[in-house]
Amino acid sequence: MQSLIDKIRQGRFFDFPGGVHPPGRKTLSNQDVIGKCTLPEHLYLTVKQHIGAPGQLQVKVGDEVLKGQALTRSTNPFALPVHAPTSGKVTAIAPHVSAHPSGLAELSVEITPDGRDKWIDLTPIPDYQQLPKTRIIEAICDAGIAGMGGAGFPTHIKVSPKKDVEFLVINGAECEPYITADDRLMREHAWQIRQGIDVLCHLLNPGHVLIAIEDNKPEAIQAMQVACQEKPDYIICPIPTKYPAGGEKQLIQVLTGREVPHGRLPIDVGIIMQNVGTCFAVADVIFTGKPLIQRVVTLTGEAMTKPCNVWALLGTPICHLLKHAGYEKAQQGVQRLIMGGPMMGFSLASEQIPVVKSTNCILAPTQQEMTLPEEEQACIRCSACADACPVNLLPQQMYWHSKAKELDKAQDYNLFDCIECGACAYVCPSQIPLVHYYRVAKAQIRQQEEEKQKADKARDRFEARKQRLEEEKAERELKHQQAAEARREAMHKQGDDPKSKVAAALARARKQQTSDETTAAPETADKVAAAIARAKARKAAVQQGDSAPSDTADTAAEDKQAKVAAAVARAKARKAATQQGHAAPSDTADTAAEDKQAKVAAAVARAKARKAAVQQGDAAPSDTADTAAEDKQAKEATASKSKTTKQVKPKDKVSTQVTAADTPVKPAPADDREEQKRQRVAAAIAKAKQQKAQKDRQQASSTADMPAEKVAQPLVEVDEQKKQRVAAAIAKAKARKAKLDMQSSADNQQDKTDE
Amino acid sequence: MSLLYALLAIGLLALLFGLILGYAAVRFKVESDPLVEQIDAILPQTQCGQCGYPGCRPYAEAIANGDEINKCPPGGESTIRQLADLMGLEAKPLDDAHGSNDVKKVAFIREDECIGCTKCIQACPVDAIVGASKQMHTVISEECTGCDLCVDPCPVDCIDMVPVKVTASSWRWQLDAIPVKTID
Amino acid sequence: MSLRIASSPHQRSQRSTAELMRLVCYCALPGFALQCWFFGWGSLLQFLIAAVVALGTEALILELRKKDFEKALSDCSALLTALLLAICLPPLTPWWITAIGAFFAIGIAKQLYGGLGSNLFNPAMVAYVTLLVSFPVAMTSWLPPQHLAEHPYNLVDALSVIFTGFTGEGYSLTQLRSDADGFTMATPLDAVKTDLSLGLTLEEATSKGQFNNGLGIGWFWINLAYLAGGLVLLKLRAIKWQIPVSMLGTILLVAGIMHLSAPDLFASPWFHLLSGGTMLGAFFIATDPVSASTTDRGRLLFGAGIGLLVVVIRTWGGYPDAIAFAVVLMNMAVPLIDYYTRPRTYGHQRQRGKP
Repeated sequence: MQSLIDKIRQGRFFDFPGGVHPPGRKTLSNQDVIGKCTLPEHLYLTVKQHIGAPGQLQVKVGDEVLKGQALTRSTNPFALPVHAPTSGKVTAIAPHVSAHPSGLAELSVEITPDGRDKWIDLTPIPDYQQLPKTRIIEAICDAGIAGMGGAGFPTHIKVSPKKDVEFLVINGAECEPYITADDRLMREHAWQIRQGIDVLCHLLNPGHVLIAIEDNKPEAIQAMQVACQEKPDYIICPIPTKYPAGGEKQLIQVLTGREVPHGRLPIDVGIIMQNVGTCFAVADVIFTGKPLIQRVVTLTGEAMTKPCNVWALLGTPICHLLKHAGYEKAQQGVQRLIMGGPMMGFSLASEQIPVVKSTNCILAPTQQEMTLPEEEQACIRCSACADACPVNLLPQQMYWHSKAKELDKAQDYNLFDCIECGACAYVCPSQIPLVHYYRVAKAQIRQQEEEKQKADKARDRFEARKQRLEEEKAERELKHQQAAEARREAMHKQGDDPKSKVAAALARARKQQTSDETTAAPETADKVAAAIARAKARKAAVQQGDSAPSDTADTAAEDKQAKVAAAVARAKARKAATQQGHAAPSDTADTAAEDKQAKVAAAVARAKARKAAVQQGDAAPSDTADTAAEDKQAKEATASKSKTTKQVKPKDKVSTQVTAADTPVKPAPADDREEQKRQRVAAAIAKAKQQKAQKDRQQASSTADMPAEKVAQPLVEVDEQKKQRVAAAIAKAKARKAKLDMQSSADNQQDKTDE
Repeated sequence: MSLLYALLAIGLLALLFGLILGYAAVRFKVESDPLVEQIDAILPQTQCGQCGYPGCRPYAEAIANGDEINKCPPGGESTIRQLADLMGLEAKPLDDAHGSNDVKKVAFIREDECIGCTKCIQACPVDAIVGASKQMHTVISEECTGCDLCVDPCPVDCIDMVPVKVTASSWRWQLDAIPVKTID
Repeated sequence: MSLRIASSPHQRSQRSTAELMRLVCYCALPGFALQCWFFGWGSLLQFLIAAVVALGTEALILELRKKDFEKALSDCSALLTALLLAICLPPLTPWWITAIGAFFAIGIAKQLYGGLGSNLFNPAMVAYVTLLVSFPVAMTSWLPPQHLAEHPYNLVDALSVIFTGFTGEGYSLTQLRSDADGFTMATPLDAVKTDLSLGLTLEEATSKGQFNNGLGIGWFWINLAYLAGGLVLLKLRAIKWQIPVSMLGTILLVAGIMHLSAPDLFASPWFHLLSGGTMLGAFFIATDPVSASTTDRGRLLFGAGIGLLVVVIRTWGGYPDAIAFAVVLMNMAVPLIDYYTRPRTYGHQRQRGKP
């Protein structure tokens, strides 16, 4: 450790690989003192001039602002304010071409100076050593200071590290050719730079301060040495001139031999680096209270008659500076304006581009000075680029892969460690714009990564949505199920009777279908149901027994009997439907849902339709049955039988009435959800009734019609179509009834047999 | 007899190498995601259905089952190249029948025209539209994949597909495309 | 009048590809001149034939590829290839062999691979190897140094032999090859190889007329001239030191060890270094940037590989000289070498030599 410091003090430095020695051309602009520039007509303050987040605008069009007044503000730690560089009026807040290689327009505040150049009240804090560090950092932040070396990283973030600082490196290397802004600043304002360093030392408390200056600037080195005389901790390091020694990572390597690990920051190896311009600005803030509103800009290149350094207000359009430096527009065959140095600067697309915090140079070369890029030739893999690369990359491989758009392979060659210093393209004998290829590839990779992230997010959202929809569906189904269960439970609670009756009816229906009437439905769990079923079965058996002889007596009897039975069953169904019709009104009362009622109505209508059909069928078979059944004995037998069973009939009827009364209760809640189930139940009921119909067909036919009329009433409101159908059904039913009445009187005997 | 020896030797060698290969296959087996997952990871997840499948995953499954890899316009050339890489196929140009990969766009609802029907909300595969019934809707442009699916359902045609604006951070060094200011 | 947009850097060093190629050509000239001095005008004619065919082929193929051939021709790479090929060919090789070689070098070995910068192999060496394999007799028909020859020939004779097979006086190539004693004179390398394989000792083998102090007459000076040219290239930073140094060092080391272990059976390292095309190969052929390794460590490996192969092939192989074979073989290994010798990038802990 101590030996490292000794080594540095002795001026023995490390070397970094590669590097180039382009002609410096610094004497072009470093001969005169930093000049003052006149106020331009308009100033364009780009809202975001640093790395990080932009602040919120604090002014609006028409506002009068004073020199040094903050135009933006933000609570975001990565946001820096911009300040009015002079007093004047905000004349526009609109996108203006920005100091970015893309030349895209960015939100800017246009200020028209009023010429008074009136400052706001400044609050210097010369007693900073007595103040808490946060107060100083706040002052630096509020002054809008960003790294002035080129990157524009917010300084207040850099001066509040979480780790111990071993070396504070002050970067005055200025390795780019042509640029002399830092050189002049050090020569003329070494004292203030030292004050700035003092402030930074107070904040960072570093082990050592290394002030690195390339040895092609002897005057600056001397000035700094004089300024730092009484500070033995401040070591002036005249480092060998080699591009890009001023790069952050390269300078660290030159001074300490350390490397900043990939993806980490200098602070991770105990080093903080600040540009001399930043130190100057920090001193400005602390000792005069002035925010960052101007900076030294080198105006150079052979196309300028008076190349010089100048204090340029931030926001000054380039054309104003060019005028100051005597740029000879007309004499240039091809006009080129470069912001920054010839190695890393970018060409400007407009003369209206304003000076920003990181603008250190405006270069206007003549065509002879910097020849226009020739057409790129094939790479001959001479690896001159690899020899020039300061970070030991293999530019020819990265070029190859970038060109072929094999981005993953380019990345595999550590494309993102490229510092874009341009040394490779500088030496390339085939005139390949290597750095451009890397920039494009990097942008593409970043974009791809962004898209990938976006795609992942979209996939997550898509899947979340799918899941949500599925969950909703499942929930709905669950609700249905629960409702159905609740219904069933409610039925149980209301009474086993109706339910059991339904069950019994179902059982009977099954029996009917198979026309095996002897088999009762003993399996019905309910006792009552079983009992009823048994009773019914018995009755049916009796009837069967009754009809059977008459059938056997007659040749056609059996056939007809069956037909009659079916017909009667259908008639019974009609009656059931009627009962259901009763349910309808209760339904309307229970549930407000219109469609459900419609469904009920539909069911009713269907039942009616069936009834109508039944009636027609009913009439025919009974007629034939009458004519066919000539056996009087049989008739008498049945008649007598009917008399005997007549006493049973009222009881039976009561039970059916009960069923009828209760069944409507059942479908009503059932309707709440499932139409299908309801229909099935209705059908079951109908079928159940069919069996009963065998016993009192007459009654069924007569009683069914009356409720049918009643049913029609509520149905009217329900649905036009259904109403019509129902009406038709009713009409038919009535017609049938009339016919049936006549017939029933005529064939009373036949009817009685059924009983 | 020597023939027998030769056969025996060759046979033994074959057996030996077979065993070595078999062992290597087991020992150095590369665990990898199921193919469908890998394909799905490459697809841009716009869920736009331009490929003819209802979403990216179904298309991923289709590719795994041998469908063409050039049916994804939002993914464009780079997706096709990655798929070709993964599947060991030749990269081919985008199938124009499924649309073209032009500028990236996002949906934009002209809010004063929106009637709040929620139809677009239901159509959006990534839930990037917010709003409630009878209330104005709006697109979260950050989340919008530009799939186009909300445009058709809109009964009042108030949804536009707007190209995403290039910013300094999304700029891709197209130096030729910079509009150069002419000075006289 | 509009502003010109370009990507940085805006400044460039002035060296160009064409300049590099020309520089290499110029530096090969002293050796080439000495070759003509010792073995007659034939080599110059070979160069002219090769250059015409090479440039014509390049122009033709670039035209077919719809590229700007004027620009491509001006980079002098085809000219350099022709020069290297001509240097390697025996001076009085029939013209059609040379033409085939030049065509093969440019058409097959260079343009079919994608043109300048994309060829995997050194074009001149691929062509030479092809010719050597196809026309072994013609390709080993070297002449004795002219002051030892029975029938020294002049420019007109050379022209006549190359295009008709006989000189104006009716001498055939075989006659031209015989020395003052009427024996056909082999190259020193060939002679040593043959004699050693016949069981003679090295001393006996190198006692013949074409030897002087154990080294081939003429070849010694030619090699020294190429060495000088190579040093100039190094000085001008047109080539890097790694390949020549590691190649010559390996030859010195390997041949030296072998010679010390059995002085009678193996040629001395000086003989290896100053015979045949060793110096030419080390400074002008192996350093061809396109087909050589591009990393510093890779270059060391590449050079060492060539050196080793040269000694091995010269000692045990079927051909007297081995530069071409060694270079082409090592060209094949370049992608592998490059992959495993990637330098450690700044900030990365160790080199990611993962396969």
